[in-house]
Amino acid sequence: MAHVALADKGQDLAHPKTWIGAYVWSQDHKVIGIQYIIVATAVGLVALALSAMMRLQLGFPGIFDLIQPNEYYSAVTMHGMIMVVFMLTAFFLGGFGNLLIPLMCGARDMAFPYMNMLSFWVYLASVLVLCSSFFVPGGATGAGWTLYPPQAITEGSAGSGMGIILMLVSLALFIVAFTMGGLNYVTTAFQARTRGMTLMRMPLSVWGIIMATILGLLAFPALLVAAIMMLLDATLGTSFFMPAISDLGEVSSTSGGTPILFQHLFWFFGHPEVYIVALPMFGIASDLISTHARKNIFGYRMMVWALIAIGGLSFIVWAHHMYVSGMNPYFGFFFATTTLIIAVPTAIKVYNWVLTLWHGNIHLNVPMLFAIGFIFTFIHGGITGLFLGNVAVDVPLSDTYFVIGHFHMVMGVSPFLIVFGGMYHWYPKFTGRMLNDTMGKIHFWVTFLGTYAIYLPMHYIGILGVPRRYFAYGTTLSFPDSVQVINASITIAALIVGTAQLLFIFNIIWSLFNGKKADSNPWRATTLEWQTPDTPPKHGNWGPELPVVYRWAYSYSVPGADEDFIPQNEVPSENSKHEVET
Amino acid sequence: MSESSGQVAKGGVVTELVTDWGEDKEVFKVHWGKAMMWIFLLSDTFIFTSFLTGYMKVRTSSTIPWPNASEIFALSFGGEPIPLILIAIMTFVLITSSGTMALAVNYGYRRDRGKTALLLFITAAFGLLFVGMQAFEWTKLIVEEGVRPWGNPFGAPQFGACFFMITGFHGGHVSGGVIYLTYVAIGVLNGRYEKKGYDIVEICGLYWHFVDLVWVFIFAFFYLW
Repeated sequence: MAHVALADKGQDLAHPKTWIGAYVWSQDHKVIGIQYIIVATAVGLVALALSAMMRLQLGFPGIFDLIQPNEYYSAVTMHGMIMVVFMLTAFFLGGFGNLLIPLMCGARDMAFPYMNMLSFWVYLASVLVLCSSFFVPGGATGAGWTLYPPQAITEGSAGSGMGIILMLVSLALFIVAFTMGGLNYVTTAFQARTRGMTLMRMPLSVWGIIMATILGLLAFPALLVAAIMMLLDATLGTSFFMPAISDLGEVSSTSGGTPILFQHLFWFFGHPEVYIVALPMFGIASDLISTHARKNIFGYRMMVWALIAIGGLSFIVWAHHMYVSGMNPYFGFFFATTTLIIAVPTAIKVYNWVLTLWHGNIHLNVPMLFAIGFIFTFIHGGITGLFLGNVAVDVPLSDTYFVIGHFHMVMGVSPFLIVFGGMYHWYPKFTGRMLNDTMGKIHFWVTFLGTYAIYLPMHYIGILGVPRRYFAYGTTLSFPDSVQVINASITIAALIVGTAQLLFIFNIIWSLFNGKKADSNPWRATTLEWQTPDTPPKHGNWGPELPVVYRWAYSYSVPGADEDFIPQNEVPSENSKHEVET
Repeated sequence: MSESSGQVAKGGVVTELVTDWGEDKEVFKVHWGKAMMWIFLLSDTFIFTSFLTGYMKVRTSSTIPWPNASEIFALSFGGEPIPLILIAIMTFVLITSSGTMALAVNYGYRRDRGKTALLLFITAAFGLLFVGMQAFEWTKLIVEEGVRPWGNPFGAPQFGACFFMITGFHGGHVSGGVIYLTYVAIGVLNGRYEKKGYDIVEICGLYWHFVDLVWVFIFAFFYLW
């Protein structure tokens, strides 16, 4: 039977008739993307507030007394889990993925809009379940974001009752939501591209987002299985992860379980999760840098293959998180080697960004500031990652603040800088207004410099041997008392940076009403989302006809062309005769 | 087709494959729903793989001996215990349902709505029969043999835990499939797919075959090991 591609037959979109249909139960990918962004931002602010409480405790122990030790552990856990999964993953894939994939590929909507809508509502349910765990008896789980059993579900540790159960249910819901959304992102980018949009003409943002989604579809299953097993351990009293435990002479009813199995399942998810956050960040960074440097991305094909290689390799490095877990020591050799190998395509990407900037016509717009800031923080965090990937260096640094400094630089600050850069970049397209420049620049400089004030000292106290996850240190012989001074300074810097984020939120709301009106292509970019007939794009995105693509996404500063950019859908003519497509 | 599809790939199989996939409009020359189902099934494969790997790890690291599956899963007919007889019947039922499913896909593309719907209903009925026998098996294990998720009289406590979790998860998949099949069958009867085409029958067929295939692995790893 003859089969017709989506780009040729079009989609029957259900146009909403009511306000609620258009903005609440919406099937429009742009509205769903904005819904994702709002919820992810809200829950991210909760996590930001939690980190402020932790920092006040660490910086000035005994002075504020906002939280008790158990609440401190809950805050540590919830801050980590929210930021990694419910904020960054949801923001990059649910938010940017929804907003950008159909527009950049030249589709009218996601392949399956109804399921896309369900994805958001299940995500919202997962966030609500997660937040409800703050209010149950025993509080939210305090097991650390890795949720290691037996501690996570053993009576006596923070939130070992309802807290951990709600956390696991919430994760399961999130995985369901992610799967429904993720299937849409991949299928849309694979099956619904417009005429002329070959895979090797797709903007790197789309490449990054769909590679991350594929990673998510293959990695979240391990977390789902681990969550189900731990739920059974916590509720039915099975012993998947629970060995026989003797506590004050009392022997537990569980026996024979293997806690290390949880660690393997968790990190088989957990390491790809790092790249689920990182790959969209790579992709969006590439587009920001190329657009604002008015230069084609250096080594486009290499960038694509590097994304694919990183995605593949990310599944065979997981146990570098487990060097001190008691697994077979020979594993360390294998996983340290693969960790070094995955650094190669990652380094290629960094070189290519720098080479894109080289001799570029750099416009220091706010999105570009964030993108360049990202290169700094990412190199910093990436190199400390190489330290930790090697067994001999990792063992003494395990569970110290060096690790905290490392992962906050590489997958805390770096993705956030790109989230901000992306917001400043695409805000005009989806609202019709520019974000305020002055506020943007203040936001950038405070965040960027503040980041170093927070995390550089953490590396230092980590090398001194200050352990992570401690509520208070008091006086000890293992490291000097001056650590307390450093902790206080970190706290002050963190509070300043945290406050700067409120300026960003204010900017977003303020500009919605008072921002400068944006024309349809304020950054003079080539990609399809800037070529829509309406700004913001209407439901269905394009007019009666889908755009036709004639070139890749990076035709900037083509010699002899009238302008320093040629949109992907401009019909080839005298104007574009000198362009080169790699 | 478009401009780029006219190019002929030079070079080896890999280059050809990459050029073919990299063309505009779509990577896989199939209905988008089919591509989506394949991607979902790949993801689902990772779920079952994680379950079975977890089970193997738990089983091999258990210090208490694992119960003998062929004795526990035996059924007595006239006083003579026949090992694994119920599982054999269940497997036969599920494999048969794959056959009726394949026929349904065939009649679907021929737009024979009556036969397609009938075969879908038969497939769903086989699925229901499978779940029913599974419920019988669970009841027997729980009531007669005293197997519980947290322990059992025969050996390692993880035996019951793994068994109920994995067969339960698979049984959930079968039950979901029965609902899916029934929904599609009713749609076929009502002519809901006359305009859109009958790819939906093949798509839900993919899911159904997948669930059968997973059963083969569960059967092998749980009952035969």
